[in-house]
This record gives sequence, C-alpha cells and structure tokens, in this order.
Amino acid sequence: MIDVAFGTTLAAPPVRRAGSSRIEHAWAVLATVLDPEVPVVSVVDLGIVREVIAEGDALVVVVTPTYSGCPATEVIDQSIVAALDGAGLGPTRTRMQRAPAWTSDWISAAGRDKLRGYGIAPPGPADPARGVAIRFVPRPVAALECPRCASLNTERLAAFGSTACKALWRCRACGEPFEHFKPI
Amino acid sequence: MQSITVSSHPSVQYLLRIGDTCLILAQRLAEWCGHAPIIEEDIALSNMALDLVGQARAVLTRAGELEGELGGTRHDEDQLAFLRDERDFRNCTLVELPRGDFAVTMLRNLAVASFLRLLWQRLEGSSDSELAAIAGKAVKEARYHQEHAGDWIVRLGGGTAESSARLKAALDLLWPYMAEIFEGDAVDDAAAAAGLGPRWSELRDDWRTEFGGVLAAAGLALPAERSFRSTGKVGRHSEHLGYMLAEMQHLQRTFPGGVW
Repeated sequence: MIDVAFGTTLAAPPVRRAGSSRIEHAWAVLATVLDPEVPVVSVVDLGIVREVIAEGDALVVVVTPTYSGCPATEVIDQSIVAALDGAGLGPTRTRMQRAPAWTSDWISAAGRDKLRGYGIAPPGPADPARGVAIRFVPRPVAALECPRCASLNTERLAAFGSTACKALWRCRACGEPFEHFKPI
Repeated sequence: MQSITVSSHPSVQYLLRIGDTCLILAQRLAEWCGHAPIIEEDIALSNMALDLVGQARAVLTRAGELEGELGGTRHDEDQLAFLRDERDFRNCTLVELPRGDFAVTMLRNLAVASFLRLLWQRLEGSSDSELAAIAGKAVKEARYHQEHAGDWIVRLGGGTAESSARLKAALDLLWPYMAEIFEGDAVDDAAAAAGLGPRWSELRDDWRTEFGGVLAAAGLALPAERSFRSTGKVGRHSEHLGYMLAEMQHLQRTFPGGVW
C-alpha cells in the first residue's frame, strides 16, 4: 500500500482477513470510532487497530498503542467495546499488542487528509534518521506546509504540544498557529 | 499500609533498574508542571514525563509478571510503584536528585535520554519478547527527548554569561552521579548471560561520544573521572528519594487500593 501524499510504503498495514460478514461489519463500525484527542480521525485511520478476530462468541480487537504514556489508550479501548457491543457484534474485548511498534506511517491517506482539514499538519515519513547520530541546533527543521493556507513559510515553536503526538508550529504567511502530528 | 517485598532474582532487579529510572525521573519532571520558564517548556517537560511514566508502567508490569513466573509473589505496576520502600527502589541516584534549575533539569535529561536511547536500542533484541516490544516503542520516544534536551544544552552553553555559568554549574553538580549508570555488577552479568539485556557498561563509550559531543557544541568538555560512585541501583539512595516517595506514595499508603 503506497501513501500517495508522502510516497512512503506502509510498513505493516492492518491484517484484514476477508471472510465473515461479522468481521467486515466490525471494521465498518471501527471506522466510526474516533480518537478522543483528535476527534476527526478514526482508530482505523490512525492504524492502531491491527486485527479483528472472532474467538468463539467474542470479538477481539487487537490494538497497538501510539505512545507509551498515551492517556487516551483506555478511552479508546472503552469506545471500541461500546461501539461494537452497541452494534450487536459483541461481546467485544480489546487486546493490546506492542510489537511491531506503532508508527505514524500507518496513518491512512484518508486520515492524513482529515488531519489537514482539522488544522493539524500530517506527519512526514517516520524516523528518517533512525540510527544516524542526532544533530543538535543549529539544525534546519524541514519545511512543513501550513494546513490552512498551504504556505511553506512556517516555523516550529515547540517540539512538544497539547498531546504526546503533536508539536506546535506557526505559519508566517497567514499568521496562524497550527499543530503538527509528529512522525514517530 | 504494609510494604511489599520484591524478588531478588537478577532478571527482576534488572527490570526494576530500568522501570525505576524512568519512574523517578518522570516524577521529577512532573514537578515542573506549572513552573517551567515558558509555556512550551512546561508542556514539553510534562509530555516527556508522560512518556517516561508509560515506559515505567510497561517495564514494572513485566517485572511483576516475571516475579510470578519465577515462582514468587506476582505484583502489579501499582504495587511496585506505591508499596515498595525506598531501599527497594533500583533507580540510578542521578534521577532522584532535586530538579534544580532549568540547566540541571535539561542536562540530566540529556544524560538520561542519551543513555536510555542506547539501552532501548539494545533491548529491542532482548530474549524477553515483551521487553523487546516495549523497547521498540520507547526507543523512538527517547530520541525525541534526547534531541530536545540536546538543543537546550547547546543554547544554554552558547547563550548568555548567566546561562553558560549555570550549565557549567549543573555539569559540576551532576557529573559525579553519571558514572553509576555504567557500573557493572552481578545483576548486569546475569542479564547479559540470559540475553535479557546488555551490561550497561557496554553502552558507556557510545554514551560518552554522544553526551560529550553535545557538551562540546555547548562549549564544555566531559569532566575527568572521579572515584565517587553513587549506589541507587543497589538500593542505597541519596537523602532525596525518601521525601519524593513520601509524596508519591502518600495516597496509596493512606487509602490502600484507592482508585480514581
């Protein structure tokens, strides 16, 4: 699967086993379960739902956490269970799977569009310098497109933002601050 | 509330060293919430504390499971965080020292993040699949922490006379405590033999290169080795940890099992 916007190959798209209509239905319901901290992208858009499995009567949703300390994790689990149980597909339970670690490369192309529309600049390819020595200031930060006016005349204000997954930026062209979903 | 007694098995002890180092540094960083010099730093320090708490939760959970697998009493993450006495914590002394000024906080963050990133990288190959999975996530977070702290150290070193003097004072204060990180012992040897993780001494040269490189960019050099060794990793702590634990553990000790 190729992400057109960034030309990166998604390392490990979710396992979608074709087959039972119950599983297909579950994926459709999950596509409506929104991230509580960025309530325009779904858990499927984010790529954190790795697999949906029928185990006997139960539906098991395999979820990968975005950040080690993400405080939204428990709310997301509860939302998933409530949505699937509410759709009559349960009883549902979630199972956390740490490996392979989530990367922002798993955010879908549709998810990236939704982030941009919400005023959050989507992440570029994750960890391009993995394994390479980290360079400290002065270090040019790659230009980021303003999600409001599309100008590249932008600057980073802070590497950490309102949630673990975001950084603070400002557009010099339109003057608006915006957030950047960090590549990780 | 009575304290718990934790397994002395070296694999458990090795995991506690990692989990406690993350947990105690997280607690110190969280003290900055509402007190940092600018709002962006307030947010950044809280974000890093949150990452470290998440890493600590995962590693302490695994340590507690391992206690059970080894035939002992299994403990959960909350019991390990809130019901151990000071002498049973296994963090490096460095992370329990008072937060100091912004230079002390950032220099310590750089030293610890540089170390943890190297450690997580190696732990991705751990024989313990759960620890390897935790490391796969944490290594990416540590990289952000290292970069952020490194940026500040370079800025403080090349900033005003005041900022560079404070950075120099921070290095003088903290340097004697950094050597402990890389001190080897039987716990390290056992972890290396079991494939659980590296001897921390194996990370020393790479750490000196990275940490020293940032110091050089900030106009400072790695100080000379000293003979002093702190001993937090074996449970003999500075006078500061007890006070911190009294605050951190107060609610669970007073209202055992209390939840939100």
